[in-house]
Amino acid sequence: MTEKIKKAGRHVSQNEGLIFEKSAAGKRGMELPPLDVPAVDARQALGAAHLREAWSGFPEVSEIEVIRHFTRLSTWNYAIDLGMYPLGSCTMKYNPRVNEFVARLEGIATEHPYQPQELSQGCLKILQVLQQCLLEITGMDAITLQPAAGAQGELTGLLLIRAYLESQGNPRKKVLIPDSAHGTNPATATIAGYQVENIRSDARGQMDVERLRSLVNGDVAALMVTNPSTIGVFEQRIAEAAEILHAAGALLYMDGANMNALAGVARPGDFGVDVMHLNLHKTFSTPHGGGGPGAGPVMVKKILEPFLPVPVLVEKADGSLALDTNRAHSIGRVRAFCGNFGVLVRALAYTLAYGPGIRQATEDAVLNANYIRARLTDLYELPYTLPSMHEVVFSDARQKKFGVSTIDIAKRLIDYGFHPYTTAFPLIVPGALMIEPTESESKEECDLFIEAMRAIAEEASSNPELVKTAPHATRVGRLDEVTAARKPILRWKPQASSEAAD
Amino acid sequence: MRYLPKSPAERQEMLRAIGARGMEELFTSIPAAHRLDRPLRLPGPLSEMEIIDYFRARAAENSRGYTSFLGAGVYQHLRSVVTDAILQRGEFLTSYTPYQAEISQGTLQAIFEFQTLMCQLTGQEVANASMWDGSTALTEAVLMAERLTGRQRVLVARSLHPEYRQVLATYAHNLGLQVEEIGFSASGQLDAAALRAAVSPTTAAVVVQSPNFFGVVEEVALLAELTHAREALLVVAVTEGVSLGLLRPPAEADIVALEGQSFGLPPSYGGPFVGVIATREKFVRQMPGRLAGQTTDQHGRRGFVLTLATREQHIRREKATSNICTNQALCALAAAVHLCLLGKAGLQELAQQNLAKARFAAAELEKIPGVRRAFSGPTFNEFAIELPRAVKLVNAELRKDKIIGPLPLGGFYPELSKHGLVCVTETSPRADIERLAASLRRALALPQ
Amino acid sequence: MYPSDYRYTSEHEWIQVRGETGTVGITDYAQHALGDVVFVELPKVGTPCVAGQPFGTVESVKAVSEIYAPVTGEVLEVNTALADAPETINKDPHGAAWMIKLRLAHPQELAKLMDAAGYQAYIAEKQKEASA
Repeated sequence: MTEKIKKAGRHVSQNEGLIFEKSAAGKRGMELPPLDVPAVDARQALGAAHLREAWSGFPEVSEIEVIRHFTRLSTWNYAIDLGMYPLGSCTMKYNPRVNEFVARLEGIATEHPYQPQELSQGCLKILQVLQQCLLEITGMDAITLQPAAGAQGELTGLLLIRAYLESQGNPRKKVLIPDSAHGTNPATATIAGYQVENIRSDARGQMDVERLRSLVNGDVAALMVTNPSTIGVFEQRIAEAAEILHAAGALLYMDGANMNALAGVARPGDFGVDVMHLNLHKTFSTPHGGGGPGAGPVMVKKILEPFLPVPVLVEKADGSLALDTNRAHSIGRVRAFCGNFGVLVRALAYTLAYGPGIRQATEDAVLNANYIRARLTDLYELPYTLPSMHEVVFSDARQKKFGVSTIDIAKRLIDYGFHPYTTAFPLIVPGALMIEPTESESKEECDLFIEAMRAIAEEASSNPELVKTAPHATRVGRLDEVTAARKPILRWKPQASSEAAD
Repeated sequence: MRYLPKSPAERQEMLRAIGARGMEELFTSIPAAHRLDRPLRLPGPLSEMEIIDYFRARAAENSRGYTSFLGAGVYQHLRSVVTDAILQRGEFLTSYTPYQAEISQGTLQAIFEFQTLMCQLTGQEVANASMWDGSTALTEAVLMAERLTGRQRVLVARSLHPEYRQVLATYAHNLGLQVEEIGFSASGQLDAAALRAAVSPTTAAVVVQSPNFFGVVEEVALLAELTHAREALLVVAVTEGVSLGLLRPPAEADIVALEGQSFGLPPSYGGPFVGVIATREKFVRQMPGRLAGQTTDQHGRRGFVLTLATREQHIRREKATSNICTNQALCALAAAVHLCLLGKAGLQELAQQNLAKARFAAAELEKIPGVRRAFSGPTFNEFAIELPRAVKLVNAELRKDKIIGPLPLGGFYPELSKHGLVCVTETSPRADIERLAASLRRALALPQ
Repeated sequence: MYPSDYRYTSEHEWIQVRGETGTVGITDYAQHALGDVVFVELPKVGTPCVAGQPFGTVESVKAVSEIYAPVTGEVLEVNTALADAPETINKDPHGAAWMIKLRLAHPQELAKLMDAAGYQAYIAEKQKEASA
């Protein structure tokens, strides 16, 4: 079996424990310049009661040990720099290195958010240009760059809807959410103080507009929709849905997670969206970094502008830029300071690299997804057959006959040198395989992925056990998540290091 | 385009494999009325060099050449180049959330180490894998206290960072939490008498920051007593983590919300930073945010997984404890690396340097006629001073000497209109501190 | 497999009644569908329960399920041993993994529940639907 694998990377097992297990008193990793003012007796200055007593376990290691430890750890990770992540709706595209460089420039990384605004015009200009670019891409009227992540963007969006409806006299009670939605959507709606009502998709995987029509009434504040939907298909009747909502005084929220299918091709503001968020760590290439930081800016139509969170970027009469916190109708502040600025810098660098050519990235993303779809439909079940955009969703129905599930296939894909696709989501596809290659994948990488998936389909029927017990080529096998949840061990403790590092 | 790895010939080949004649056919599922018929009006495309020039030009329009004494929740500290050397490794920078544990052990073990470091720093039993920042971590900590106690009233110190209070207010407004502020006394600390009077059986949480916004260390043990007497929970915010190198950690707190920016993250005009919630083990199932847990594989090898995932939104959906999806993994990694480099001795020495520099600065400034310390309580690396005239005018003078002076407090606290906040860390050379004093002396000697 | 003196709900809870007291747990079908149980959240003694309303939750690694009260009543006793050994729910769902004991407020509610034969037919239907 291994001779067929062209690309698998071996995970090298190294003798590496926890940093605390390497610690020994007296070792230092960083030295400080000498103190050039008189030392102060902390006991006198602060009082004995406020002083820290002895503390055990905090690491004491040298610089080289820190470099080796984290370098070794890094080799146990898969990463975009190594190969494709076909994760649906995650848009794992290349993280351009120039973005890292400019975010670290002196004069960019060094600025304090409370500097006088006259000494921050460079930072404010970056915010202004990014705002203009994102508004042009989405076809919306106003924007906030405050939210720290997509989930916070969603919450901000819903709070804006609530504030707007309150100003109209009635905040209303319910938010409608398709059953294909990502779990953050209903969670956010609940935190925003709304009840959630699920709306079933139709037989083609599209939002059921007739059902929507019957559900929309004076109690409904908004519909939260992802477009393209989580099965990677454009919601063809979205403009109609917007009309139904608007006629009832309700609003249309769009989760912009799938914007990678639309940038330069279509604009949410043009098909009736009132408020939406973007994930800069998806469509706009800012690095995932193992799980963050990201940014989730929110774009709105004019009617929602008065309610935007503070601070709001404004241009003064003399042409200088400022951050305005004096906004009578604002929903308030959603985080301290003014957003994940370092992430915003990276997103702007990405946008400047493409300019209007961003459309080509979208085309390549959709091309890659459709190519993979065309080359796998003979082996994997495609439950919804409308044209795919930037992602394709198969199900494991054919492989299930041999007892092989989407999770097993995903784990076996690791042995072929790929990160798994998104398993078991969206919920409207039982046993889902959600595949989004992004535009960053060459034809060669797509072909390798296709070959791997074809090989696994064959294995599922001829040697299902091999697939069900995968992965085989990794540093650790499938880990015991049950014990981890029953008896959580969430930190290292000084005496209990009886577990051997391998 | 350099980020797109396909030749025109390959595109054609792939289109043929799909059975499409051109790229336009890929978008026929979008109704024609919605398809753009014009290119977007965007700046660019720029080459790599042009992008760098663009941002260099923006950098030149900021505060280069100025000496700053700003703190107030964002701190200038020395950063080792080792941190970026590790952060820039593609396997850390460009990896995804560690849901597939077998190929994410690097991230997961680093998170586990980060969680451990946060426990060691804060004196708490368990810590999460990070939140977006200190302000949202604090808000989530308060919501956690609400869930744990089933109560709706929250008492918040006015000496808690004003923007943290604003963020809490935004969330509280929507969730039916009643937030009341408790003032500060002449020491600059939370008014304990006022707190004693206000805590009641309907109080979910008492929220205090230490060192607080004025840089003053709070009497956490006493506040804990007053809070626990009514079975409420004490939430302590820490915005300057370096203080924990010297100060007793708030072990009596039920929940600690920490901002980790001081550990290896540059100020970066306000973000991205890294928040943490640390708490007692018995509260762990009500704690939001990701958690890395230790476990074994089928061969008994130690490994790490994301655990207790059922608290999170993608499983609970409507019943989630919060809607946090991302953590700040790369920022947490930076903090972990930075703390490992500093180590116990380094962190203690760093804290001592901060204390010494700030005390030196305070002494120099107090020699200036008309300048006095605003509060009597003990301070770490920040302190508030009172000036004989408006801080903004004084700062305008200081700017002529290329100094960014004390942060005016009047915008946040109307009664403190002549007060400013000064922060001095290990990054301020003695000469700069002396320049600040000289410049301030000169500014105050000018006729009004 | 399914004790004949128990009654069953469509949400896969069982109840065994002795006089005015009912002992409640989840069925073997439920534990099998959940997979390895990692945590169970139960109410305090004295909590009122309403028939058809959730009184607790049971968690596996990847899912949370609510547990619904088969009848209305007040919680008299809680099986606190499950906190340390949630795996009991997988091993002995009809016996050692009882969850709460209730004082029945309206014994006539029992008539609405399925008996063992009825429940077995019910889950046989469900299994047929699932593999269709």
